[in-house]
Amino acid sequence: MINIWEVNETNKMIEQENLDVRTITLGISLLDCIDSDLQRLNDKIYQKITSVAAKLVETGEEIERNYCIPIVNKRISVTPIALVGQSACRSAEDFVTVARTLDRAAKAVGVNFIGGYSALVSKGMTAGDEYLIRSIPQALAETERVCSSVNVGSTKTGIDMDAVQLMGEIILKTAEYTKENDSLGCAKLVVFCNAPDDNPFMAGAFHGVTEADSIINVGVSGPGVVKKALEQVRGESFEVLCETIKKTAFKITRVGQLVAQEASRRLGIPFGIIDLSLAPTPAVGDSVAEILEEIGLEYAGAPGTTAALALLNDQVKKGGIMASSYVGGLSGAFIPVSEDQGMIDAVEAGALSLEKLEAMTCVCSVGLDMIAIPGEVPASTVSGIIADEMAIGMINQKTTAVRLIPVIGKNIGETVEFGGLLGHAPVMQVNRYGCEAFINRKGRIPAPVHSFKN
Amino acid sequence: MEKNMDRTIITVVGKDTVGIIAKVCTYLSEHHINVLDISQTIVQEFFNMMMIADMKNSDKPFDQCAKDLEVLGEEIGVNIKCQREEIFQRMHRI
Repeated sequence: MINIWEVNETNKMIEQENLDVRTITLGISLLDCIDSDLQRLNDKIYQKITSVAAKLVETGEEIERNYCIPIVNKRISVTPIALVGQSACRSAEDFVTVARTLDRAAKAVGVNFIGGYSALVSKGMTAGDEYLIRSIPQALAETERVCSSVNVGSTKTGIDMDAVQLMGEIILKTAEYTKENDSLGCAKLVVFCNAPDDNPFMAGAFHGVTEADSIINVGVSGPGVVKKALEQVRGESFEVLCETIKKTAFKITRVGQLVAQEASRRLGIPFGIIDLSLAPTPAVGDSVAEILEEIGLEYAGAPGTTAALALLNDQVKKGGIMASSYVGGLSGAFIPVSEDQGMIDAVEAGALSLEKLEAMTCVCSVGLDMIAIPGEVPASTVSGIIADEMAIGMINQKTTAVRLIPVIGKNIGETVEFGGLLGHAPVMQVNRYGCEAFINRKGRIPAPVHSFKN
Repeated sequence: MEKNMDRTIITVVGKDTVGIIAKVCTYLSEHHINVLDISQTIVQEFFNMMMIADMKNSDKPFDQCAKDLEVLGEEIGVNIKCQREEIFQRMHRI
């Protein structure tokens, strides 16, 4: 029988160490909504989302009350809209109508984000894909809850450099369109390499075409719990350190698994995966950077950071994989800047640079995330940063992503305030040397060789 | 775990005072909730109690009981929390 110490341990994690389930994300296929008539397409999409997700928020809240575990977000991901909308949308403006429909549906069912305003163009773009991508700035400016992502490369196909070039321009344009709100639109836009089909985390969530009609994916969290556990083993060996992370990750993930199964049972929708991610929030004590400090670094970004992060990421997976029957999504420690107080402190102290962040993304999920840069950087530089990050994903057979926020009207050292879970961020320095001639080449980078790994 | 049970963990944390257990147990018995186990300890001068209760025959739904107990806790000056047992089983048992 469960004893009082075990009960207290669990409740302490929830009450004092910010243990929560970060998101229940309901994936919904919109393939059966495809229509050549734009109005009918929009009607069908609205109808399907609002009927499948009608009880999502209510069920999530019921689970929260039953177990006293916070479920911070209830969200929806849908089939990439470029696929769903291609036969009806003849222009970027047509696609924006679909974005508005998604926003309306999200508000109707009460979810805070809906992901899947996306295009998968890892080898090339169709006309429809390009319309969607070109519609992103307007779509994100006119909607509140829609999130967008574009997959521009993969290990199997290489990198579509035309899409990378275009995305540099689109990110800047999105920043411009939302400049009144510190270019917040860019926080809802991710560029991927090897994007997973079942990621429950925003802004990159979409419901892949290989998925069932609807599915429940759950993202767990709990950096604070890992940090507290590590405080008990200060100065101990790597063996003890790793075992502690693993055991803690196991416990965190078991809660996620329970919530996922309960949500699945109560909604009558199959359980997809658990995403084993340490997702920080701006709250003190809910930070991945603080874990790195607890492991023994003065600041995130100090020498040893990449090794510490690699260790952390791997142990989280080892502990979490046994705790869940299906693992997927991004699964790893997130290292966003604005959403993690410890990372913000590290940047402000001058310990953490964009280049070090790039190195860190080689060993963890997901990429350059929520990084504010000066709004006046050229589009080719944004594309260059994207290309570098995509190359890391392509060569290392992992998911990488870029979510940069070029803040219009702000410069290095200034701070931008996004609010809520998105936090605030110091504007970071970007290498000032150009890469225009590289980015202006047409075509794609070929898929890499899978042998001779050095 | 017995299949025909609906096990809930009730925790009471707060400043120790006379009659905490009595008041909680009175509420539970009034609503046909059977207490299976009680353990109690004092942590840093705080009263800390855990009950395992079976809500199978309860005449009120879980949410309502949880709310009632929360209110009762406020009256006594302690924090009372109801959680379904699975969250603890999952975290602490393989």
